[in-house]
Amino acid sequence: MTSAPGDVPAIEFRDVVKRFGDNVVLDGLNFSVAQGDRVTLIGPSGSGKTTILRLLMTLEESNGGLILIDGDPYTHEYKGKKWVEIPEKRRRQVRRRVGMVFQQFNLFPNMTVLENIIEAPMHVLGRSRKDAIARAEELLEQVGMTEKRDFRTTELSGGQQQRVAIARALAMDPEILLLDEVTSALDPEIVADVLEVLRDIAKNTDITMLLVTHEMQFAREVSNRVLMFDHGRIIEEAPPEEIFTDPREERTREFLSAVVSN
Amino acid sequence: MSDIWDWDRAWEVLPDLLEGLKITVFATVVGMVIASILGLVFALVLRKHVPVLTKLLKFVVDFVRMTPLLVQLVFVYLLSPPEIPALAIGCVVLGIHYATYMSEVYRAGIDAVPPGQWEAATALNLPKSRTWRAVILPQAIRNTLPGLGNYAISMFKETPFLFAISVVEMFSAAQRFGANTFSYIEPITMVGVLFLLVSYPTSLLVRRMEIRLA
Repeated sequence: MTSAPGDVPAIEFRDVVKRFGDNVVLDGLNFSVAQGDRVTLIGPSGSGKTTILRLLMTLEESNGGLILIDGDPYTHEYKGKKWVEIPEKRRRQVRRRVGMVFQQFNLFPNMTVLENIIEAPMHVLGRSRKDAIARAEELLEQVGMTEKRDFRTTELSGGQQQRVAIARALAMDPEILLLDEVTSALDPEIVADVLEVLRDIAKNTDITMLLVTHEMQFAREVSNRVLMFDHGRIIEEAPPEEIFTDPREERTREFLSAVVSN
Repeated sequence: MSDIWDWDRAWEVLPDLLEGLKITVFATVVGMVIASILGLVFALVLRKHVPVLTKLLKFVVDFVRMTPLLVQLVFVYLLSPPEIPALAIGCVVLGIHYATYMSEVYRAGIDAVPPGQWEAATALNLPKSRTWRAVILPQAIRNTLPGLGNYAISMFKETPFLFAISVVEMFSAAQRFGANTFSYIEPITMVGVLFLLVSYPTSLLVRRMEIRLA
Protein backbone atom coordinates (compact mmCIF):
# COMPACT_ATOMS: atom_id res chain seq x y z
CA MET A 1 0.00 0.00 0.00
CA THR A 2 1.45 3.33 -1.01
CA SER A 3 -0.82 5.47 1.19
CA ALA A 4 0.84 7.01 4.23
CA PRO A 5 -0.52 5.97 7.63
CA GLY A 6 -3.57 8.02 8.59
CA ASP A 7 -4.42 8.79 4.97
CA VAL A 8 -7.77 7.54 3.81
CA PRO A 9 -7.34 5.67 0.54
CA ALA A 10 -9.31 6.96 -2.44
CA ILE A 11 -10.42 3.43 -3.23
CA GLU A 12 -10.46 0.38 -1.06
CA PHE A 13 -11.57 -3.15 -1.89
CA ARG A 14 -12.11 -5.49 1.07
CA ASP A 15 -12.63 -9.16 0.27
CA VAL A 16 -14.63 -8.29 -2.82
CA VAL A 17 -16.27 -11.23 -4.56
CA LYS A 18 -17.80 -11.08 -8.01
CA ARG A 19 -19.33 -14.04 -9.78
CA PHE A 20 -21.01 -14.30 -13.15
CA GLY A 21 -23.06 -17.45 -12.75
CA ASP A 22 -20.60 -20.18 -11.81
CA ASN A 23 -17.65 -18.15 -13.02
CA VAL A 24 -15.84 -16.52 -10.08
CA VAL A 25 -14.17 -13.43 -11.49
CA LEU A 26 -13.00 -11.86 -8.23
CA ASP A 27 -12.44 -14.14 -5.28
CA GLY A 28 -12.00 -12.05 -2.15
CA LEU A 29 -9.99 -9.23 -3.70
CA ASN A 30 -8.17 -6.78 -1.41
CA PHE A 31 -6.38 -3.68 -2.57
CA SER A 32 -6.42 0.05 -2.11
CA VAL A 33 -5.48 3.09 -4.14
CA ALA A 34 -4.14 6.24 -2.49
CA GLN A 35 -5.42 9.73 -3.33
CA GLY A 36 -3.77 10.93 -6.51
CA ASP A 37 -2.36 7.52 -7.41
CA ARG A 38 -2.18 6.45 -11.05
CA VAL A 39 -2.71 2.73 -11.10
CA THR A 40 -2.62 0.54 -14.17
CA LEU A 41 -4.28 -2.85 -14.10
CA ILE A 42 -2.74 -5.37 -16.46
CA GLY A 43 -3.33 -9.03 -17.07
CA PRO A 44 -4.89 -11.43 -19.56
CA SER A 45 -8.49 -10.91 -20.61
CA GLY A 46 -10.93 -12.43 -18.18
CA SER A 47 -8.60 -11.77 -15.27
CA GLY A 48 -11.07 -9.33 -13.70
CA LYS A 49 -9.54 -5.92 -14.53
CA THR A 50 -12.54 -4.45 -16.28
CA THR A 51 -14.86 -5.95 -13.65
CA ILE A 52 -13.04 -3.87 -11.02
CA LEU A 53 -13.72 -0.67 -12.94
CA ARG A 54 -17.33 -1.66 -13.52
CA LEU A 55 -17.83 -2.38 -9.83
CA LEU A 56 -16.39 1.04 -9.02
CA MET A 57 -18.88 2.63 -11.41
CA THR A 58 -21.73 0.50 -9.97
CA LEU A 59 -22.35 -1.01 -13.40
CA GLU A 60 -22.07 -4.38 -11.68
CA GLU A 61 -23.17 -5.50 -8.24
CA SER A 62 -20.61 -7.30 -6.09
CA ASN A 63 -21.51 -10.64 -4.53
CA GLY A 64 -19.62 -10.01 -1.33
CA GLY A 65 -17.11 -7.83 0.43
CA LEU A 66 -16.88 -4.07 0.70
CA ILE A 67 -15.94 -1.24 -1.57
CA LEU A 68 -15.06 2.11 0.01
CA ILE A 69 -14.50 5.46 -1.69
CA ASP A 70 -12.58 7.93 0.51
CA GLY A 71 -13.51 5.63 3.37
CA ASP A 72 -17.23 5.94 2.63
CA PRO A 73 -19.11 2.70 2.10
CA TYR A 74 -20.23 2.46 -1.51
CA THR A 75 -22.01 -0.86 -1.72
CA HIS A 76 -22.81 -2.20 1.74
CA GLU A 77 -22.49 -1.07 5.32
CA TYR A 78 -22.64 -2.68 8.72
CA LYS A 79 -25.80 -1.58 10.42
CA GLY A 80 -27.52 -3.10 13.43
CA LYS A 81 -25.19 -6.11 13.32
CA LYS A 82 -26.13 -6.78 9.72
CA TRP A 83 -24.71 -5.99 6.31
CA VAL A 84 -27.18 -3.90 4.39
CA GLU A 85 -27.08 -2.39 0.95
CA ILE A 86 -26.43 1.32 0.72
CA PRO A 87 -29.56 3.11 -0.48
CA GLU A 88 -29.36 4.52 -4.02
CA LYS A 89 -29.54 8.11 -2.77
CA ARG A 90 -26.35 7.79 -0.71
CA ARG A 91 -24.69 5.73 -3.38
CA ARG A 92 -25.30 8.56 -5.81
CA GLN A 93 -23.48 10.97 -3.52
CA VAL A 94 -20.44 8.71 -3.48
CA ARG A 95 -20.67 7.93 -7.20
CA ARG A 96 -20.51 11.64 -7.94
CA ARG A 97 -16.79 11.47 -7.17
CA VAL A 98 -16.16 8.78 -9.76
CA GLY A 99 -16.02 9.22 -13.54
CA MET A 100 -15.45 6.73 -16.31
CA VAL A 101 -14.31 6.68 -19.93
CA PHE A 102 -15.40 3.62 -21.90
CA GLN A 103 -13.80 1.56 -24.62
CA GLN A 104 -16.78 2.25 -26.91
CA PHE A 105 -17.03 5.96 -25.96
CA ASN A 106 -20.79 5.71 -25.27
CA LEU A 107 -21.51 9.29 -26.25
CA PHE A 108 -25.20 10.18 -26.53
CA PRO A 109 -25.93 10.16 -30.29
CA ASN A 110 -29.08 12.23 -29.89
CA MET A 111 -27.06 15.18 -28.61
CA THR A 112 -24.36 17.44 -29.97
CA VAL A 113 -20.82 17.40 -28.63
CA LEU A 114 -21.54 20.35 -26.37
CA GLU A 115 -24.85 18.92 -25.15
CA ASN A 116 -23.08 15.68 -24.22
CA ILE A 117 -20.68 17.59 -22.02
CA ILE A 118 -23.12 19.97 -20.30
CA GLU A 119 -25.89 17.41 -19.70
CA ALA A 120 -24.65 16.04 -16.37
CA PRO A 121 -23.14 19.25 -14.95
CA MET A 122 -26.53 20.91 -15.44
CA HIS A 123 -28.78 18.07 -14.33
CA VAL A 124 -26.62 16.44 -11.67
CA LEU A 125 -24.48 19.24 -10.28
CA GLY A 126 -27.15 21.88 -10.85
CA ARG A 127 -24.84 24.24 -12.71
CA SER A 128 -26.37 26.99 -14.80
CA ARG A 129 -26.32 26.51 -18.55
CA LYS A 130 -23.93 29.41 -18.90
CA ASP A 131 -21.43 28.02 -16.39
CA ALA A 132 -21.69 24.53 -17.83
CA ILE A 133 -21.00 25.83 -21.34
CA ALA A 134 -18.04 27.91 -20.18
CA ARG A 135 -16.48 24.87 -18.51
CA ALA A 136 -17.30 22.65 -21.50
CA GLU A 137 -15.56 25.06 -23.86
CA GLU A 138 -12.51 25.03 -21.65
CA LEU A 139 -12.45 21.23 -21.74
CA LEU A 140 -13.05 21.08 -25.50
CA GLU A 141 -10.05 23.34 -25.92
CA GLN A 142 -8.05 21.03 -23.68
CA VAL A 143 -8.90 17.95 -25.74
CA GLY A 144 -8.51 19.83 -29.03
CA MET A 145 -12.15 19.59 -30.08
CA THR A 146 -13.26 23.22 -29.97
CA GLU A 147 -14.27 23.39 -33.61
CA LYS A 148 -16.54 20.32 -33.26
CA ARG A 149 -18.59 21.90 -30.49
CA ASP A 150 -21.91 21.82 -32.35
CA PHE A 151 -21.39 18.62 -34.31
CA ARG A 152 -23.48 15.51 -33.84
CA THR A 153 -21.35 12.86 -32.17
CA THR A 154 -22.11 10.47 -35.04
CA GLU A 155 -20.23 12.81 -37.37
CA LEU A 156 -16.98 12.32 -35.45
CA SER A 157 -14.23 9.75 -35.88
CA GLY A 158 -13.56 7.27 -33.08
CA GLY A 159 -10.60 9.24 -31.77
CA GLN A 160 -12.60 12.46 -31.74
CA GLN A 161 -15.49 10.75 -29.97
CA GLN A 162 -13.15 9.43 -27.32
CA ARG A 163 -11.69 12.89 -26.72
CA VAL A 164 -15.20 14.25 -26.27
CA ALA A 165 -15.96 11.38 -23.88
CA ILE A 166 -12.90 12.33 -21.83
CA ALA A 167 -14.06 15.95 -21.72
CA ARG A 168 -17.54 14.78 -20.70
CA ALA A 169 -16.14 12.75 -17.80
CA LEU A 170 -13.90 15.62 -16.67
CA ALA A 171 -16.79 18.09 -16.74
CA MET A 172 -18.11 16.36 -13.63
CA ASP A 173 -14.87 17.14 -11.75
CA PRO A 174 -14.31 13.55 -10.66
CA GLU A 175 -11.85 12.73 -7.92
CA ILE A 176 -11.39 9.32 -9.44
CA LEU A 177 -11.23 8.66 -13.17
CA LEU A 178 -11.65 5.13 -14.51
CA LEU A 179 -10.25 4.47 -17.98
CA ASP A 180 -11.44 1.19 -19.47
CA GLU A 181 -9.30 0.28 -22.48
CA VAL A 182 -9.97 3.70 -23.90
CA THR A 183 -7.77 3.22 -26.97
CA SER A 184 -8.67 -0.37 -27.81
CA ALA A 185 -11.42 0.54 -30.27
CA LEU A 186 -9.30 3.12 -32.10
CA ASP A 187 -7.20 2.96 -35.23
CA PRO A 188 -3.50 2.88 -34.37
CA GLU A 189 -2.76 6.28 -35.90
CA ILE A 190 -5.25 8.11 -33.66
CA VAL A 191 -4.34 6.32 -30.45
CA ALA A 192 -1.51 8.82 -29.97
CA ASP A 193 -3.90 11.81 -29.96
CA VAL A 194 -6.02 10.30 -27.22
CA LEU A 195 -3.01 9.27 -25.16
CA GLU A 196 -1.62 12.79 -25.47
CA VAL A 197 -4.82 14.17 -23.95
CA LEU A 198 -4.63 11.69 -21.08
CA ARG A 199 -0.95 12.41 -20.50
CA ASP A 200 -1.91 16.06 -20.19
CA ILE A 201 -4.56 15.29 -17.58
CA ALA A 202 -2.17 13.09 -15.64
CA LYS A 203 0.40 15.89 -15.63
CA ASN A 204 -1.87 18.82 -14.81
CA THR A 205 -4.38 17.40 -12.34
CA ASP A 206 -4.28 15.34 -9.17
CA ILE A 207 -7.15 13.08 -10.17
CA THR A 208 -6.80 9.52 -8.96
CA MET A 209 -6.65 7.36 -12.06
CA LEU A 210 -7.34 3.68 -12.48
CA LEU A 211 -6.65 2.40 -15.95
CA VAL A 212 -6.99 -0.83 -17.80
CA THR A 213 -4.89 -0.67 -20.93
CA HIS A 214 -2.77 -2.67 -23.33
CA GLU A 215 -0.64 0.39 -24.13
CA MET A 216 2.30 -0.59 -21.98
CA GLN A 217 4.43 2.38 -22.96
CA PHE A 218 1.63 4.70 -21.91
CA ALA A 219 1.07 2.81 -18.66
CA ARG A 220 4.73 3.20 -17.96
CA GLU A 221 4.64 6.96 -18.51
CA VAL A 222 1.55 7.90 -16.53
CA SER A 223 1.19 5.36 -13.75
CA ASN A 224 3.12 5.10 -10.53
CA ARG A 225 1.86 1.61 -9.74
CA VAL A 226 1.05 -1.43 -11.81
CA LEU A 227 -1.06 -4.34 -10.63
CA MET A 228 -0.77 -7.61 -12.49
CA PHE A 229 -3.96 -9.68 -12.37
CA ASP A 230 -4.49 -13.32 -13.07
CA HIS A 231 -7.68 -15.25 -12.34
CA GLY A 232 -9.13 -12.43 -10.24
CA ARG A 233 -6.11 -12.09 -7.97
CA ILE A 234 -3.25 -9.64 -7.86
CA ILE A 235 -0.18 -11.73 -8.49
CA GLU A 236 2.33 -8.91 -8.68
CA GLU A 237 2.40 -5.26 -7.74
CA ALA A 238 5.23 -2.84 -8.46
CA PRO A 239 6.17 0.55 -9.87
CA PRO A 240 6.13 0.48 -13.69
CA GLU A 241 9.86 0.74 -14.21
CA GLU A 242 10.27 -2.38 -12.12
CA ILE A 243 7.45 -4.55 -13.40
CA PHE A 244 8.06 -3.77 -17.04
CA THR A 245 11.81 -4.30 -16.98
CA ASP A 246 12.25 -6.96 -14.36
CA PRO A 247 9.02 -8.70 -13.29
CA ARG A 248 9.35 -11.06 -10.36
CA GLU A 249 6.65 -13.48 -11.43
CA GLU A 250 7.02 -15.85 -14.34
CA ARG A 251 3.32 -15.34 -15.20
CA THR A 252 3.87 -11.57 -15.49
CA ARG A 253 6.90 -12.10 -17.70
CA GLU A 254 4.91 -14.37 -20.01
CA PHE A 255 2.05 -11.92 -20.21
CA LEU A 256 4.27 -8.92 -20.92
CA SER A 257 6.22 -10.65 -23.65
CA ALA A 258 2.96 -11.78 -25.27
CA VAL A 259 1.57 -8.22 -25.21
CA VAL A 260 4.74 -6.64 -26.54
CA SER A 261 5.04 -9.10 -29.41
CA ASN A 262 1.48 -8.27 -30.47
CA MET B 1 -68.42 -3.61 -69.22
CA SER B 2 -70.96 -0.84 -69.10
CA ASP B 3 -73.48 -3.22 -67.55
CA ILE B 4 -71.52 -3.56 -64.38
CA TRP B 5 -69.53 -0.35 -64.39
CA ASP B 6 -71.02 3.08 -64.86
CA TRP B 7 -68.55 5.96 -64.93
CA ASP B 8 -71.24 8.54 -64.24
CA ARG B 9 -72.17 6.71 -61.09
CA ALA B 10 -68.54 6.48 -60.05
CA TRP B 11 -68.16 10.25 -60.31
CA GLU B 12 -71.46 10.82 -58.64
CA VAL B 13 -70.43 8.96 -55.49
CA LEU B 14 -67.03 10.61 -55.27
CA PRO B 15 -68.01 13.72 -53.23
CA ASP B 16 -69.69 11.54 -50.60
CA LEU B 17 -66.64 9.32 -50.44
CA LEU B 18 -64.29 12.27 -50.04
CA GLU B 19 -66.44 13.47 -47.13
CA GLY B 20 -66.12 9.97 -45.68
CA LEU B 21 -62.38 10.00 -46.31
CA LYS B 22 -62.07 13.06 -44.10
CA ILE B 23 -63.65 11.11 -41.23
CA THR B 24 -61.45 8.10 -41.99
CA VAL B 25 -58.28 10.19 -41.87
CA PHE B 26 -59.47 12.03 -38.77
CA ALA B 27 -60.16 8.75 -36.94
CA THR B 28 -56.76 7.40 -37.96
CA VAL B 29 -54.86 10.49 -36.83
CA VAL B 30 -56.66 10.77 -33.49
CA GLY B 31 -56.49 6.99 -33.00
CA MET B 32 -52.75 6.97 -33.66
CA VAL B 33 -52.12 9.88 -31.29
CA ILE B 34 -53.92 7.93 -28.55
CA ALA B 35 -52.11 4.70 -29.51
CA SER B 36 -48.70 6.39 -29.49
CA ILE B 37 -49.10 7.97 -26.09
CA LEU B 38 -50.89 5.06 -24.44
CA GLY B 39 -48.53 2.56 -26.08
CA LEU B 40 -45.56 4.28 -24.47
CA VAL B 41 -47.29 4.31 -21.09
CA PHE B 42 -48.09 0.59 -21.48
CA ALA B 43 -44.49 -0.20 -22.45
CA LEU B 44 -43.11 1.65 -19.44
CA VAL B 45 -45.53 0.08 -16.97
CA LEU B 46 -44.93 -3.42 -18.39
CA ARG B 47 -41.20 -2.84 -18.05
CA LYS B 48 -41.31 -1.37 -14.57
CA HIS B 49 -42.83 -4.38 -12.78
CA VAL B 50 -45.17 -2.26 -10.66
CA PRO B 51 -46.66 -4.92 -8.33
CA VAL B 52 -50.38 -5.16 -9.19
CA LEU B 53 -50.59 -2.70 -12.07
CA THR B 54 -48.16 -4.56 -14.34
CA LYS B 55 -49.98 -7.89 -13.95
CA LEU B 56 -53.32 -6.25 -14.57
CA LEU B 57 -52.08 -4.39 -17.60
CA LYS B 58 -50.53 -7.55 -19.01
CA PHE B 59 -53.92 -9.20 -18.80
CA VAL B 60 -55.68 -6.24 -20.43
CA VAL B 61 -53.12 -6.09 -23.24
CA ASP B 62 -53.50 -9.82 -23.96
CA PHE B 63 -57.25 -9.55 -23.79
CA VAL B 64 -57.38 -6.67 -26.26
CA ARG B 65 -55.00 -8.40 -28.65
CA MET B 66 -56.88 -11.70 -28.53
CA THR B 67 -60.31 -10.30 -29.30
CA PRO B 68 -61.45 -8.78 -32.60
CA LEU B 69 -61.48 -5.02 -33.03
CA LEU B 70 -65.00 -5.18 -34.43
CA VAL B 71 -66.31 -6.85 -31.31
CA GLN B 72 -64.55 -4.31 -29.10
CA LEU B 73 -66.02 -1.42 -31.06
CA VAL B 74 -69.58 -2.67 -30.84
CA PHE B 75 -69.19 -3.71 -27.21
CA VAL B 76 -67.92 -0.32 -26.04
CA TYR B 77 -70.47 1.46 -28.23
CA LEU B 78 -73.33 -0.43 -26.63
CA LEU B 79 -72.04 0.26 -23.12
CA SER B 80 -71.44 3.98 -23.66
CA PRO B 81 -74.02 6.62 -22.82
CA PRO B 82 -75.78 7.89 -25.96
CA GLU B 83 -74.44 11.46 -25.52
CA ILE B 84 -70.96 10.34 -26.52
CA PRO B 85 -70.55 10.61 -30.30
CA ALA B 86 -69.85 7.32 -32.05
CA LEU B 87 -66.79 8.83 -33.73
CA ALA B 88 -65.23 9.62 -30.34
CA ILE B 89 -65.86 6.05 -29.18
CA GLY B 90 -64.37 4.77 -32.41
CA CYS B 91 -61.19 6.83 -32.02
CA VAL B 92 -60.70 5.74 -28.42
CA VAL B 93 -61.26 2.05 -29.14
CA LEU B 94 -58.96 2.18 -32.16
CA GLY B 95 -56.39 4.00 -30.02
CA ILE B 96 -56.51 1.47 -27.17
CA HIS B 97 -56.51 -1.48 -29.55
CA TYR B 98 -53.42 -0.25 -31.34
CA ALA B 99 -51.76 0.91 -28.11
CA THR B 100 -51.42 -2.75 -27.16
CA TYR B 101 -49.42 -3.31 -30.34
CA MET B 102 -47.54 -0.02 -30.15
CA SER B 103 -46.34 -0.96 -26.64
CA GLU B 104 -44.48 -3.86 -28.27
CA VAL B 105 -42.90 -1.46 -30.78
CA TYR B 106 -41.77 0.79 -27.94
CA ARG B 107 -40.44 -2.17 -26.00
CA ALA B 108 -38.32 -3.21 -28.97
CA GLY B 109 -37.22 0.40 -29.49
CA ILE B 110 -36.14 0.74 -25.87
CA ASP B 111 -34.33 -2.62 -25.93
CA ALA B 112 -32.49 -1.53 -29.07
CA VAL B 113 -30.78 1.33 -27.23
CA PRO B 114 -27.29 -0.06 -26.53
CA PRO B 115 -26.47 -0.92 -22.88
CA GLY B 116 -23.52 1.48 -23.15
CA GLN B 117 -25.98 4.36 -23.14
CA TRP B 118 -27.35 3.29 -19.76
CA GLU B 119 -23.83 2.79 -18.49
CA ALA B 120 -22.70 6.24 -19.61
CA ALA B 121 -25.75 7.76 -17.91
CA THR B 122 -24.87 5.91 -14.69
CA ALA B 123 -21.24 7.00 -14.96
CA LEU B 124 -22.44 10.60 -15.22
CA ASN B 125 -24.71 10.00 -12.23
CA LEU B 126 -27.80 11.11 -14.14
CA PRO B 127 -31.02 10.47 -12.21
CA LYS B 128 -33.19 7.67 -13.65
CA SER B 129 -35.92 10.07 -14.78
CA ARG B 130 -33.44 12.27 -16.61
CA THR B 131 -31.79 9.22 -18.19
CA TRP B 132 -35.14 8.18 -19.62
CA ARG B 133 -36.10 11.63 -20.81
CA ALA B 134 -32.82 12.88 -22.22
CA VAL B 135 -31.00 9.72 -23.30
CA ILE B 136 -33.13 6.60 -23.71
CA LEU B 137 -36.50 7.77 -25.00
CA PRO B 138 -35.19 10.11 -27.73
CA GLN B 139 -33.22 7.20 -29.16
CA ALA B 140 -35.97 4.63 -28.55
CA ILE B 141 -38.67 6.75 -30.18
CA ARG B 142 -36.50 7.25 -33.21
CA ASN B 143 -36.35 3.46 -33.44
CA THR B 144 -40.14 3.22 -33.27
CA LEU B 145 -40.97 5.60 -36.12
CA PRO B 146 -41.18 2.93 -38.86
CA GLY B 147 -43.35 0.72 -36.63
CA LEU B 148 -45.57 3.66 -35.87
CA GLY B 149 -45.95 4.31 -39.60
CA ASN B 150 -46.85 0.71 -40.34
CA TYR B 151 -49.49 0.60 -37.63
CA ALA B 152 -50.90 3.91 -38.85
CA ILE B 153 -51.46 2.26 -42.24
CA SER B 154 -53.05 -0.81 -40.62
CA MET B 155 -55.33 1.35 -38.55
CA PHE B 156 -56.29 3.38 -41.57
CA LYS B 157 -57.32 0.21 -43.36
CA GLU B 158 -59.37 -0.98 -40.38
CA THR B 159 -61.47 2.17 -40.09
CA PRO B 160 -64.30 0.58 -42.15
CA PHE B 161 -65.16 -1.29 -38.93
CA LEU B 162 -66.46 2.04 -37.67
CA PHE B 163 -69.35 1.35 -40.02
CA ALA B 164 -70.61 -1.07 -37.38
CA ILE B 165 -71.10 1.74 -34.87
CA SER B 166 -72.73 4.02 -37.44
CA VAL B 167 -69.82 6.38 -38.04
CA VAL B 168 -70.15 7.64 -41.59
CA GLU B 169 -66.63 7.15 -42.81
CA MET B 170 -65.72 6.29 -46.36
CA PHE B 171 -67.00 2.71 -46.35
CA SER B 172 -70.32 3.64 -44.73
CA ALA B 173 -70.74 6.41 -47.28
CA ALA B 174 -70.29 3.86 -50.04
CA GLN B 175 -72.77 1.47 -48.41
CA ARG B 176 -75.30 4.24 -48.11
CA PHE B 177 -74.91 5.19 -51.71
CA GLY B 178 -75.28 1.55 -52.69
CA ALA B 179 -78.42 1.12 -50.63
CA ASN B 180 -80.01 4.15 -52.28
CA THR B 181 -79.08 3.33 -55.87
CA PHE B 182 -78.83 -0.47 -55.77
CA SER B 183 -75.39 -0.29 -57.33
CA TYR B 184 -72.52 -1.22 -55.08
CA ILE B 185 -69.74 -1.95 -57.52
CA GLU B 186 -68.79 1.64 -58.30
CA PRO B 187 -68.79 3.01 -54.74
CA ILE B 188 -66.95 0.03 -53.27
CA THR B 189 -64.37 0.05 -56.05
CA MET B 190 -63.83 3.76 -55.56
CA VAL B 191 -63.38 3.17 -51.82
CA GLY B 192 -60.68 0.63 -52.57
CA VAL B 193 -58.96 3.02 -54.97
CA LEU B 194 -59.05 5.87 -52.45
CA PHE B 195 -57.63 3.65 -49.69
CA LEU B 196 -54.85 2.62 -52.04
CA LEU B 197 -54.14 6.23 -53.02
CA VAL B 198 -53.52 7.13 -49.38
CA SER B 199 -51.93 3.89 -48.11
CA TYR B 200 -49.44 3.31 -50.87
CA PRO B 201 -47.61 6.67 -50.76
CA THR B 202 -47.62 6.46 -46.96
CA SER B 203 -46.04 3.01 -47.08
CA LEU B 204 -43.33 4.34 -49.41
CA LEU B 205 -42.66 7.09 -46.92
CA VAL B 206 -42.38 4.57 -44.09
CA ARG B 207 -40.01 2.43 -46.14
CA ARG B 208 -37.80 5.44 -46.80
CA MET B 209 -37.80 6.20 -43.11
CA GLU B 210 -36.79 2.61 -42.35
CA ILE B 211 -33.87 2.84 -44.75
CA ARG B 212 -32.77 6.19 -43.35
CA LEU B 213 -32.88 4.96 -39.76
CA ALA B 214 -31.22 1.62 -40.45
